[in-house]
Amino acid sequence: MIAEIGAFAMALALAISLAQGVLGVVASRRDSRADATAAAAQAVAVLCALAFTCLMIAFVRSDFSVAAVAANSHIDKPLIYKIAGTWGNHEGSMLLWCLVSAVFGGVLATWRGKQSAGLWSRSVGVQGFVTAGALIYTLFLSNPFARLDPAPMQGSGLNPLLQDPALAVHPPLLYLGYVGLSVPFSLAIAALLEGKADQAWARSLRPWTLIAWTCLTLGIALGSYWAYYELGWGGWWFWDPVENASFMPWLIACALVHSAIVTERRGSLASWTILLAIMGFGLALLGTFLVRSGVLTSVHAFAVDPQRGIAVLVLLGIALGVGFTLYALRAPKLAQASGFAAVSRESMLVWNNFGLAVAAGVVLIGTLYPLLVEAVGGGLISVGPPFFNMTVAPLLAALFLLLPLGPIMTWRVGDMRSALTKLAPAAALALLTLIIALVMTSWRAVPAIGLAVGVWLIAGGLVYLWSRIGRGEGRAMAKLALLPLAVWSMSLAHIGAGVLTIGAVAETGFRVEQSVALTPGEGVAFAGRRITLLEVGEREGPNFSATRANFRIDSANGARTIGAERRFYPTSPMPTTEVGILSGLDGDIYVALGEAVRGNEGAWSVRLYYNPLVHLIFLGAAMMALGGALSMVSLARRRRAQP
Amino acid sequence: MARRRDQRLMIIGVAGAVLVLAATLTFAGLRDSVVYFVAPSDLAQKAQDGQRIRVGGLVVEGTVRHETDGVVLFNITDGATEVQIRYVGLLPDLFREGQGVVAEGRWTPGQAFEAERVLAKHDETYMPREVAEALKERGEWKGGETP
Repeated sequence: MIAEIGAFAMALALAISLAQGVLGVVASRRDSRADATAAAAQAVAVLCALAFTCLMIAFVRSDFSVAAVAANSHIDKPLIYKIAGTWGNHEGSMLLWCLVSAVFGGVLATWRGKQSAGLWSRSVGVQGFVTAGALIYTLFLSNPFARLDPAPMQGSGLNPLLQDPALAVHPPLLYLGYVGLSVPFSLAIAALLEGKADQAWARSLRPWTLIAWTCLTLGIALGSYWAYYELGWGGWWFWDPVENASFMPWLIACALVHSAIVTERRGSLASWTILLAIMGFGLALLGTFLVRSGVLTSVHAFAVDPQRGIAVLVLLGIALGVGFTLYALRAPKLAQASGFAAVSRESMLVWNNFGLAVAAGVVLIGTLYPLLVEAVGGGLISVGPPFFNMTVAPLLAALFLLLPLGPIMTWRVGDMRSALTKLAPAAALALLTLIIALVMTSWRAVPAIGLAVGVWLIAGGLVYLWSRIGRGEGRAMAKLALLPLAVWSMSLAHIGAGVLTIGAVAETGFRVEQSVALTPGEGVAFAGRRITLLEVGEREGPNFSATRANFRIDSANGARTIGAERRFYPTSPMPTTEVGILSGLDGDIYVALGEAVRGNEGAWSVRLYYNPLVHLIFLGAAMMALGGALSMVSLARRRRAQP
Repeated sequence: MARRRDQRLMIIGVAGAVLVLAATLTFAGLRDSVVYFVAPSDLAQKAQDGQRIRVGGLVVEGTVRHETDGVVLFNITDGATEVQIRYVGLLPDLFREGQGVVAEGRWTPGQAFEAERVLAKHDETYMPREVAEALKERGEWKGGETP
């Protein structure tokens, strides 16, 4: 019964979302139609929430007559993973997509702000079509409420790798980010339809770009963190197609966050902002397509289905086709506001956008190149991490060299000499880092430059904060507390980028790894420590059994014990790895347990990693996300302050 | 407004230079870091000495040997030819005998394939696409549709 209610709610939501789309787009200046559009958007949001709740109930109750539950759940699974199982599979995650899109549409309809009636109702209308597209796909190609007859007594269980707190929240965050980009898309299409993209329009765009960017940042960081401690490969980023699929929209969202500021403050770059909004959503859909269709060989697996892939490709084609056609027809007519000099805050933000967009383009080429080569009969190939390290890293490094200049510059006309003078201490610090790093690594230029760039970002961010306190009278601490939230959020995000850079460069450049075979009691010297295998035993978990090995790590700071496991879930033929991690200030000692060595009684193969400063990667990402969140708070405050 | 035009020209010039640089890097990178997939039967014919390639097939039952110091040896087959893989490190959790895997590394005639990376999928029902294509080519494919 619950499943039928859910399916019915979805069908009803589809019908109403289509009405929302048609009404909203034709509404223009007729208020009665605009009111109906808003009501429809709210109804769609409520209906999608109802459908999602129904699916969640089916999962919690372990109703195995529902196919999606039977394929992905199990009676013995802990409750939290039964709930997380709702979106831990293809069908449920698509319903989540619909839900997020519908709720965003409802919010867009409810908080009208100061937008003109036409822009507002049309953006709600376009969002209605986006939701309708997602609902059509979900209902007809991956119905989460499909029944099984006869119902099995037991489900086949959630993939054990996915039974993890980080992965329970990773998909919803990524979807908030992906679908969050659909709202800027809707606003952009509405602006093209209206032929108007003014500062008020950009003001309503900003919170949505921030939501999308912040959620993508958090989602990608959590996914990376999960891969780091769960997969047992010692790495955190593999330039895998599935990872690139989320990184490309992130780059564009990051550019959009910045270009929307220019459009809001200065009224310029409006058509570029619109183009970015269209591309951002296009890349989010492309990401969904790459992940779901399995056209590219990825180290991360998902249930793949070519038919579903083609359907996503069709939706992508419609979105981009409509978007670019309208753009070509209407964008030249958009009024261009005030100009700016070659050296100004605007121009710095243009460079930021240029760098991020080129980086996204390069990642796109590297990701799609294998498909291209295969299509022209060039054989099966893959493009590996060396390509991305060689292309994306220098681009981002160049971008980061300019980054601290942006906030220091004034709008319209900036002064390069005074900006450089202000930043001199930061430059000196970065140069010092470069020299020390070069000497200490015996002239390894790449990591040394990377570390210097990271220091430059952090120091540049601090210099900017200092320059803001330097103005006016009063004690420095008191003025620090009085700084606008917008200053804090920007500085936090920029310094976070520096922290992440240092972590990424240190981990990639100075990681140490070693494979050894150890018998209990035997030790090995590793990265300035001594690692001893204490004992190997069996242990029973709630829904798995495990082989557990304990290790003692002796270092200058004393001895610590950590455990590493291989878990066997009866529902899955595959064992999973639980690595042992000892975190210190300088980085992580990371121990993964392998299998018993054949022909060497009592010995176990063990892989050891020393990952220097790896926690800075996740700290930096968290700082960036916090910066995004604070920026949203600052926008909300400003909106309340100007009634 | 000559000054304005000069500035615009300068911006376009710098942007163009960066684009050209990025394009050069991209195409140089694609030429150097593309990894070709080769079926075990084609190794002798297609693989050049020391070039980084991927080779894929089914792990032959009973051939997996763990040696001391983390060295693992196993054979993979595409139904016609078996090739021995030597890998230092932990195999992925989903590595199993009889399953499809992809090994990335270098091959020298007469020696085991030196793998730097072994890929197996999270999903136990999954067969790497390259392996499926190679098996189909040899008429060894027994499954349903290509995943």
